[in-house]
Amino acid sequence: MNAALLFATTGSVLETLPVTLRDLATGWLPEPLRWLVNSLVGVGTLLAVIGLLFAYLTLAERKILGRIQNRPGPNRTPIPFINLRFFGLAQPFADGVKAITKEDVIPDGADKVLHFLAPVALLAFSIMTLGVIPYGRHLVLLEFDAAVLYFFAAGAATELAVFMAGWASRNKYSLLAAMRALAQLISYELPLLLSVVPAVMLAGSLALPAIVEAQAGWRYGFLPQWHVFTPWGFAGFIIFFISALAESNRSPFDLPEAESELIAGHLTEYSGFKYALFFMAEYFGMCALSGMGVTLFLGGWQAPLPFLEFIPSYVWFGVKLLSLLLVFIWIRATFPRLRIDQLTRFAWKFLVPLALINLGTAAFWSLTSGWSGPLQFVRWAVALALVLVPFTLLGRRLSAGVAPRTYRYAT
Amino acid sequence: MIPLILIAGLTLATAAVALALRNLIHSALLLIASWAGIAAFYLWAGAEFVAFAQVLVYVGAVSMVVLFAVLLTRRSRDDISVAIDSPARGIAALLTGGAVLGVIFGAIISSPLGAPAAGARPSLSVKELGVQLMGPHAAALLIIGVLLTVALLGAVVIAAGDRADAAERKPEDSP
Repeated sequence: MNAALLFATTGSVLETLPVTLRDLATGWLPEPLRWLVNSLVGVGTLLAVIGLLFAYLTLAERKILGRIQNRPGPNRTPIPFINLRFFGLAQPFADGVKAITKEDVIPDGADKVLHFLAPVALLAFSIMTLGVIPYGRHLVLLEFDAAVLYFFAAGAATELAVFMAGWASRNKYSLLAAMRALAQLISYELPLLLSVVPAVMLAGSLALPAIVEAQAGWRYGFLPQWHVFTPWGFAGFIIFFISALAESNRSPFDLPEAESELIAGHLTEYSGFKYALFFMAEYFGMCALSGMGVTLFLGGWQAPLPFLEFIPSYVWFGVKLLSLLLVFIWIRATFPRLRIDQLTRFAWKFLVPLALINLGTAAFWSLTSGWSGPLQFVRWAVALALVLVPFTLLGRRLSAGVAPRTYRYAT
Repeated sequence: MIPLILIAGLTLATAAVALALRNLIHSALLLIASWAGIAAFYLWAGAEFVAFAQVLVYVGAVSMVVLFAVLLTRRSRDDISVAIDSPARGIAALLTGGAVLGVIFGAIISSPLGAPAAGARPSLSVKELGVQLMGPHAAALLIIGVLLTVALLGAVVIAAGDRADAAERKPEDSP
């Protein structure tokens, strides 16, 4: 009994630890100043943590890709002065120094102001999206009643930055690639938003903390009531994840950049630190979309099982976020790049209809929440059928006549 | 009051500079900044939902329509900068713009607005907004939806045209 009590108290102490530390540091300040310093501390912490996550995510990506391709990955960079290698753990900082000290080339005919503004705007908007995500029970920086809308509004503004980069470079490759990138971003915004709507519908709120609270508890004592463990939530999560891959320009949808085919698209005329800013914005966007996916479908900061609740909520959020990011990297190592026509066809003919049908499934699920006993089986069966039948039919119809693919010149 | 003056000044200044610039792309981008200023005004007035919807629709979507329209209707890059046309056209533009402004202004002035209750700011949650849209204002929402769908279908019909070569698909075009 003592052990359980100890667990519970240490759990609650750890749970509020970030807030307690902040209050200890800023408690003596007068009120308006205190609010300002508290906000600044929150923003600073978030930027430091996400920045460090970005640095090591690039290293993890290179290491994991290397392992998957049977090579060691970067492992030579020593820690300065003590000359210890530690698997190349200092590599991100060496990369940072390299990016800063590189020459910043601006094309002669470029629109100088827009050329400069594009990476800045892109990074600013992707940092803005990070603000509303609930990182833990007490760790929400911006509490909006319409937080979901805020997130996607800030995300939509990044398209503008891509256009600015492509146009300001005064390079035909840049402009064409920016147009393709915009076509991709606009196409995949629709399934992304449509897959989010059921989660909002079931929680009855656009505020992210409320959506996380709606996923509390366990069905039948062991199955967490996360949205991903319902038929509509599972389908919605898959659609959300695919759209998130496309929205953050990740492989297999990385053809805006496509460095092996399109000489890096709208990034062609960028070098040095501006290129690093684009890179950073891409990873921040990836983190933000993963955090959103965790919040909407994977239960946010909720623990997966009741007896694991003594572990603080922000640890659970971090674990879920990191696993999603690792899946991003894994997918990059696995799938070949799509072609632009396949990409848009996939979005408009497959993902959008499925996301619309998923709305109906979610409505059914929400209307039948009172069913109990054997009716529960009917509820699950009907909802599963509503997910699986359109998926199968649509998939068959779209691939009719073109699959399996035949190769004329190879066996 | 100071935030309001700042927001209004920024919105009006970006709109004015957008009108004065000769480079169409710069004008479009400044116009988008002006729309973002209007969203900031909504946020200042406490209407979060409308503010974020404004950003989502105008900065995210309408901006793309404007920029694509500019790029698709100009033949070359040097065409993007438009020279000042004849004064007659300028006067005509001023007249039409003034007429539209007068109509909108007259409509706003003549429509009865309930005097805001002193002190207490009305707090409206997104949920109440949704209930209002789905209940008393459902008809308006449906009519706008039908209108937009018709416009979209019209755009598709105009853009699709007739493709003679659609039938002969090359094997590498298959998905």
